Amino acid sequence: MSLYTDIGGEAAVNAAVDIFYRKVLKDDRIKHFFDGVDMSKQSAKQKAFLSMAFGGPHNYTGEDMRKGHAHLVAKGLNDSHFDAVMDNLGATLTELNVPGHLIAQAAAIAESTRKDVLGK
Amino acid sequence: MPEVIYGGQSYECGEQSVLDCLTAQGVHVPSSCRSGLCQTCMMRAVSGTVPENAKAGLKDTLAAQNYFLSCICHPLEDIEVALPDAAMGKFQAQVTAVENLNSDILGIKLKPAQPFEYKAGQFINFFKDQTNARCYSLASVPALEEDLFINVRKVPNGLVSRWIFDNLKAGDIVTISGAAGDCFYVPGKPEQNILLIGTGSGLAPLYGIIRDALRNGHKGKISLYHGSYNIEGFYLVKELHKLAQAHSNFTYAPCVSEGEAPEGYARGMVLDVALNDNSDLSGWRVFLCGNPEMVKSAQQKTFFAGASMRDIFADPF
Ligand SMILES: Cc1cc2nc3c(=O)[nH]c(=O)nc-3n(C[C@H](O)[C@H](O)[C@H](O)COP(=O)(O)OP(=O)(O)OC[C@H]3O[C@@H](n4cnc5c(N)ncnc54)[C@H](O)[C@@H]3O)c2cc1C
Ligand code: HEM
Ligand code: FES
Repeated sequence: MSLYTDIGGEAAVNAAVDIFYRKVLKDDRIKHFFDGVDMSKQSAKQKAFLSMAFGGPHNYTGEDMRKGHAHLVAKGLNDSHFDAVMDNLGATLTELNVPGHLIAQAAAIAESTRKDVLGK
Repeated sequence: MPEVIYGGQSYECGEQSVLDCLTAQGVHVPSSCRSGLCQTCMMRAVSGTVPENAKAGLKDTLAAQNYFLSCICHPLEDIEVALPDAAMGKFQAQVTAVENLNSDILGIKLKPAQPFEYKAGQFINFFKDQTNARCYSLASVPALEEDLFINVRKVPNGLVSRWIFDNLKAGDIVTISGAAGDCFYVPGKPEQNILLIGTGSGLAPLYGIIRDALRNGHKGKISLYHGSYNIEGFYLVKELHKLAQAHSNFTYAPCVSEGEAPEGYARGMVLDVALNDNSDLSGWRVFLCGNPEMVKSAQQKTFFAGASMRDIFADPF
């Protein structure tokens, strides 16, 4: 069984997306990165992020992550911001009563993108 | 083998996705995840049936208009597709009435020369001439009235709005586009509560959406908050009070942001008043139209108050 099905698949992503993005927008460490983004498109973008973290089906490459966040790196995106996103991801899954060992797996997947997201 | 028709050309699709099929032929369709997640590759089916799974995750209002995700769409029959903004078409319409709704807002009724499909709350492009057009939202409801109804606010030195105020009269023939936009009522979930917040001519789409919801027998609360600096800025007041009398689930709260608020008006910024009355929006559907600053702030605040991102519809203008 993959993490994605263990965690609850698309239904889990749908349950998590609002909770996760509320946390991100309220987080003083990172909310400024989302100032200019189109809120009406965020439901889909945040779902894309969560599906990735849950090991779901996606075709993003490391190069896509690099390009997709390059404009944020130019604005100062660094490890501390990445850590903040990791915190919010963990807190969201805890709130949804996801078992600890699955949270750890999701965190490991998100963590594996660090170099690409931060353009290192 | 199904074919994909785009821009008047047919392309053999085979087993490919619509995105891959068009991209291989040199048609530029924006894409990112290529797995049905990010919605960057959204297109619209003009004719033909799209497999249901290609609409997964789209807002109800987009699915209702046959939008789909081209990267995960493997058509089983021929379909004609267009990019989201293209293919709105152009129509001739006759101006049937022009009236002052208040000193700043003109109500205009239009009769299209051909059958015209739209949903209350969507917008049309209104052409001043070949090259200059502006968007105006539809306050009319297709099932309730024959003419289109738009509300145009006078913008100081505004190219199109001023031209409309100075020149437009009943009998004129004008050019408009087909209707677009995803700010409208989708039937279903009749018990869901609905919050609508608008400023100025942002009332136009909301007036259409409210009457469409009521006509569909919507049962949940329908709460309208209309904001203006002073009482001269309100319009359709009598009509809205009448609707509130006829439907116990509909409430109308005009909000005055500056100076005194007379009997029957709330005092304060419209967004503050609305959120003060409704602090928990979990499960609500939300419509936000008008002043861009208000709309942007309201998108975030209604989301924080519990509304899901998928249930928030907004047109800033
Ligand atoms: C989806 C949507 C729905 C809409 N629905 C409605 C509706 O129902 N009712 C409604 O009244 N409006 C609506 N609008 C707004 C409408 O489309 C027009 O933007 C509005 O009428 C102004 O157009 P205009 O040509 O009169 O003004 P414009 O000429 O476009 O000018 C707009 C403003 O910008 C200023 N300006 C213009 N050029 C410059 C410049 N170079 N430098 C600095 N300032 C400048 C003008 O002085 C004016 O204040 C909607 C917009 C959208 C996007
Ligand atoms: C933890 C690892 C991360 C992953 C796996 C990830 C993944 C993604 C994905 C899949 C998208 C959507 C791309 C698309 O348009 O298809 C995206 C967009 C975005 N991400 Fe990340 N991301 C990560 C970290 C971060 C961090 C740390 C920030 C900033 C604090 C951030 C800010 C953004 C922003 C602002 C967008 C663009 C939204 C938009 O354009 O509307 N991301 N990310
Ligand atoms: S490219 Fe992301 S949904 Fe199609």
